[in-house]
Amino acid sequence: MIKVSDITVTYPSNSVSIFKKFSWEVQKSESWAVLGPSGCGKTTLLYLLAGLLQPTSGTIQIDAKPILRPRPKSGLIIQDYGLLPWATVHQNCDLGLKIRKYYGADGIHAPFEKQSSRIEKNWLQELGLIQFANKYPSQLSGGQRQRMAIARTLYLQPDLLLMDEPFSSLDAPTRESLQELTTSLVSGQGLTLILVTHSVEEAVLLGRKILLLSEPPNENAMIIDNSGSSKPDYRNTNQYVDQCRELRTLMGASA
Amino acid sequence: MQRKSIIITMLIVVLIWQVAAIIIRLPIFPGPIDVFAAFIIELVNGKLGPHFLASIWRVMAGMGLAIMTASPAGLLLGQSKQINKILSPLIYLLYPIPKVVFVPIIMLFFGIGDLAKIIIIFIILFFQILVLVRDQAANIRSELINSVRSLGAGRKALYRFVYFPATLPAILTAIRQSVGTAVAVLYITELFATQKGLGYYIYFQGSTLFNYPAMYAGVVAMSLMGLGMYFGIDWIEKRTCKWLFVN
Repeated sequence: MIKVSDITVTYPSNSVSIFKKFSWEVQKSESWAVLGPSGCGKTTLLYLLAGLLQPTSGTIQIDAKPILRPRPKSGLIIQDYGLLPWATVHQNCDLGLKIRKYYGADGIHAPFEKQSSRIEKNWLQELGLIQFANKYPSQLSGGQRQRMAIARTLYLQPDLLLMDEPFSSLDAPTRESLQELTTSLVSGQGLTLILVTHSVEEAVLLGRKILLLSEPPNENAMIIDNSGSSKPDYRNTNQYVDQCRELRTLMGASA
Repeated sequence: MQRKSIIITMLIVVLIWQVAAIIIRLPIFPGPIDVFAAFIIELVNGKLGPHFLASIWRVMAGMGLAIMTASPAGLLLGQSKQINKILSPLIYLLYPIPKVVFVPIIMLFFGIGDLAKIIIIFIILFFQILVLVRDQAANIRSELINSVRSLGAGRKALYRFVYFPATLPAILTAIRQSVGTAVAVLYITELFATQKGLGYYIYFQGSTLFNYPAMYAGVVAMSLMGLGMYFGIDWIEKRTCKWLFVN
């Protein structure tokens, strides 16, 4: 589904390239975690996939189409500040659809296929937010805000979910419940997931495969198979603990 | 601010005024009863109304012009680092200059009619709104912009759904902060070679007709105008920026 070919990314302010002739492939319905220390280029990679940044050289293709701008069927969820503070939960969730109506189905800002006016699912209801529909983001807890960001994305019926440290500012129980929600949504909707995180535990929990980035420039990143993560209650298995330990060792070695 | 406490404060001010008037007992300091009586009489016989309308038209026109030009300019500067880099030294230089000192110059250029007065008010408000809107637009988090762009928003939709609502409070704050100055400057401009406007009315009643209650009625009218605009902005803000008042 995603094909990153030979990309080099250099910021004008920095002489070291973040990525150098970097290639990567993601198949449909895979769940990937992108793990690495801060400054390794995780977020850059996600923004490249989201079409918010362009590589200095090389190409990125999703569904065999080059990504030159945000793609209507990719949903991006970021850590904080992604919601409009002046809009209610309901209005925030409507934002994507409103923007699409604003431009019409031009294939650039909105998909060509006619949007079904009937929404398949009331995601506010599904994610337990319906009673907050008329509240503003500042009146919600961090966990509720992230649920809202997820709901907003789901209304656009994405096939690819891009998440940038979505749960790192949340407390542990909230984080766990949202991690479980993500897993069930991804498998339930058949989504492809790319989740960027600095937390080894989160990567092992949510990534069926883990892309391990290190200090730039990233040329060949390590890929770790973590197929055990599909098991129920993986969090409490020895396999999970072992996988975390192994990853920590790898991260220590690459740093 | 609670409506009740505003009304109580107003009554106390009027009461102090009445007591002071009884103690001082000078024709140049009439009490509130005389002044309000004069206010009603001047209003009914049509002497105050036209001046009031002339003044409010000038303020509103200057204000409208400033909002319509300074908000888009501020938005543009706020979200384009290059343009701001070129223009910010100029704004930095012009912003602190007390614009009132341009009154005689603007009158030389634009005459003594409404246009000069509107332009002066416009200039004062323009810089206030420009700077506040620019800073507000520049402070919008890049995460928010990226997140909305990822939903498919291009430049036009970003203005409509992010930049405009994000800077609306700044526009209203700028106007609120400048209403007092605008009315004060209006008064000054209306002292020069005009026969319409509350400034003229106050001056004429006081220094030519020696009708002090009517002069005070003019002062009251001008205060009400400033107060009314202030309340009006509060009202608009409460209706359009509900999110600021939820916590």
